[in-house]
Amino acid sequence: MVAPPPTAAGRGWLTTKVGEMDKPAALLRIENVSKQFGPLTAVDSLSLEIGHGEFFALLGPSGCGKTTLLRMLAGFETPSSGRILLDGEDIVAVPPHRRPINMMFQNYALFPHLTVEGNVAFGLRQERLSRAEIATRVEEMLALVRLKGFNRRRIDHLSGGQRQRVALARSLVKRPRVLLLDEPLAALDKKLRAETQFELMELQRKLGTTFVIVTHDQEEAMIVADRIAVMDRGRLRQVAPPNDIYERPNSRWVAEFIGEVSLIEGALRAGGILDSVFGPLRVPPNQTARGKVWLALRPEKLRLSTTRPEGDLNALSGTVSEIGYRGGVSIYKVRLADQSLIKVALSNSGPSSRLEVSIGATIWVSWPKENGVVLTQ
Amino acid sequence: MRLWQRRAILLFPYAWLLLFFLAPFVIVVKISLSQTAIAQPPYVPVLDVSAGWAGLEGFFSALSLDAYRLLVSDPIYLLSYLKSLTVAAVSTVILLVVGYPIAYGVARSPRHWQPLLVMAVVLPFWTSFLIRVYAWINILQRDGLLNDILMRLHIIAAPQAWLASDTAIYIGMVYSYLPFMVLPLYATLEKIDMTLLEAASDLGCTPLRAFWRVTFPLSVPGITAGVLLCFIPIVGEFVIPDLLGSSESLMIGQTLWTEFFANRDWPVASAIAVTLLGILVAPIMLYERLQRRQLEMFE
Ligand SMILES: Nc1ncnc2c1ncn2[C@@H]1O[C@H](COP(=O)(O)OP(=O)(O)OP(=O)(O)O)[C@@H](O)[C@H]1O
Ligand SMILES: [Mg+2]
Repeated sequence: MVAPPPTAAGRGWLTTKVGEMDKPAALLRIENVSKQFGPLTAVDSLSLEIGHGEFFALLGPSGCGKTTLLRMLAGFETPSSGRILLDGEDIVAVPPHRRPINMMFQNYALFPHLTVEGNVAFGLRQERLSRAEIATRVEEMLALVRLKGFNRRRIDHLSGGQRQRVALARSLVKRPRVLLLDEPLAALDKKLRAETQFELMELQRKLGTTFVIVTHDQEEAMIVADRIAVMDRGRLRQVAPPNDIYERPNSRWVAEFIGEVSLIEGALRAGGILDSVFGPLRVPPNQTARGKVWLALRPEKLRLSTTRPEGDLNALSGTVSEIGYRGGVSIYKVRLADQSLIKVALSNSGPSSRLEVSIGATIWVSWPKENGVVLTQ
Repeated sequence: MRLWQRRAILLFPYAWLLLFFLAPFVIVVKISLSQTAIAQPPYVPVLDVSAGWAGLEGFFSALSLDAYRLLVSDPIYLLSYLKSLTVAAVSTVILLVVGYPIAYGVARSPRHWQPLLVMAVVLPFWTSFLIRVYAWINILQRDGLLNDILMRLHIIAAPQAWLASDTAIYIGMVYSYLPFMVLPLYATLEKIDMTLLEAASDLGCTPLRAFWRVTFPLSVPGITAGVLLCFIPIVGEFVIPDLLGSSESLMIGQTLWTEFFANRDWPVASAIAVTLLGILVAPIMLYERLQRRQLEMFE
């Protein structure tokens, strides 16, 4: 076994509801952390908790402060204000070389003057372990990242994917409490990236190490992470499991950032009715908000029909303005009465699911009320 | 590009070497195998191509190793070589110790300052080499600037004799050759990716450990280049020891000058030059081999 087994808290932490008495303390607590670069605020009084053994993703547009936050966790940047606690202890003053946190760099930062083995053993040599122990741990790690037999290979004689795995092995061999990964897969091609995502997840499950990954690929974040923090201009927009982020975004910004969405503005009134330019639309029950809101509709939760649909559905009529075939799905853009476009994705699961319409045809977009999400901001 | 053009470009460096290195070197070797004579040129035999085969035979039979025998038999030459190698080795070590921090400082300073700092390092080259060495004579002489300052600071009580000593030679060497050490070091240090140092510190290295485990091994090509660029010309240096050093023990360049101009002994002067080249080629080849193995060495 390469690392100690996951702590008892393990993944259970995720499902534990806030406020329950037995909630274990988070492994990593970020309290009101800000980082200023001159006049620029890269991270803005951000607070976050990351649990034991969690696979946590930081997601956000370019320049929103993801790398800066990660570098503060690693110790390369000092927060302008706020605290960072690891197991309840403030580590802000601890220099990077004494933090039990390791980082996998975006460009991998492998040492060009060392072999694969030399790179992986680099951190262990610093711990004054015996030669034999170093050799065993390096072997174990190379086996784990499927690089057995590459020991004496020089770094510049490796492919991109192999380098990525050396970098991963080098940062994991020290058995860190937290592994930070800054866009670890950005340099890989699409197919390799998809494979590596699953390898990363498997590795994380095996080792039970807490992973914090930075990415601006939302699909990647949703695939690998237990929880995602969506960042925007140095602040957190939403922190939730991937499913919640997608199905229950807390704002228009998050809804539009993650996946595709169409928004219909309106005023909410009692009885679960939204008054919109298209008339009253039904929304999911138990809405507490009142006044101006937006109804968010994901393309794959909408249906299309050439005639007005029967039954208890919201239905809007429009004309087909564009059809995009994407293999597994077809995307239809429908122009509604107010000239806005709404996107509908139909799965091409069988010949019958193809809709025989052409551009300019009149069509009905419909959805059961549960498929919409009401957003207040 | 046409084939002959490509060939011409490939041939160019060889042609250059042939014309300006190999051909003169062959002539020097030839002279070193001759005997002195009161003649013009001052040695025999002289190759007479018009005499045909017989002339050629006569020429080769007249060649001898006498000049080299003299080099071995008279200790003055051996002492000169040793003196030169010692001065070159000590100067190069001092240059490395002084030059590395300078190069490191320049490479780690804000990017927009760096061109200015590099400029400052090469600035002395803008005045003539001779003028700079003469300036040192001025500074080092008995009533010169150095004694003046040291006495005012009460570090010494009476003026010291700096000039005409090995100290003066070392001062002159280090001063004159510093840019040759700093520039190649700067060029390699500046290229080192800073995230490598972050990675080292992430993996448990203090800044000092990170320097020895990452920066230093990666700067070895610069060290090699700087050491070669300083050591080789210093071994043959003539002007600095002649103007700043004492006349008691001569460096090989001075001995060569004496043989050539004072004694008009061209064969011995040539033999000194050929031997010097032989001595210098050995370390160059060694360095070349080392450079190839370096990468593995530092694991
Ligand atoms: N050392 C620095 N000095 C000045 N400004 C900086 C520094 N590092 C980052 N910034 C600024 O802070 C902001 C956040 O940068 P950061 O690198 O954290 O973004 P990011 O979310 O990682 O973006 P990306 O996805 O493009 O990597 C940016 O506006 C950036 O220009
Ligand atoms: Mg970044």
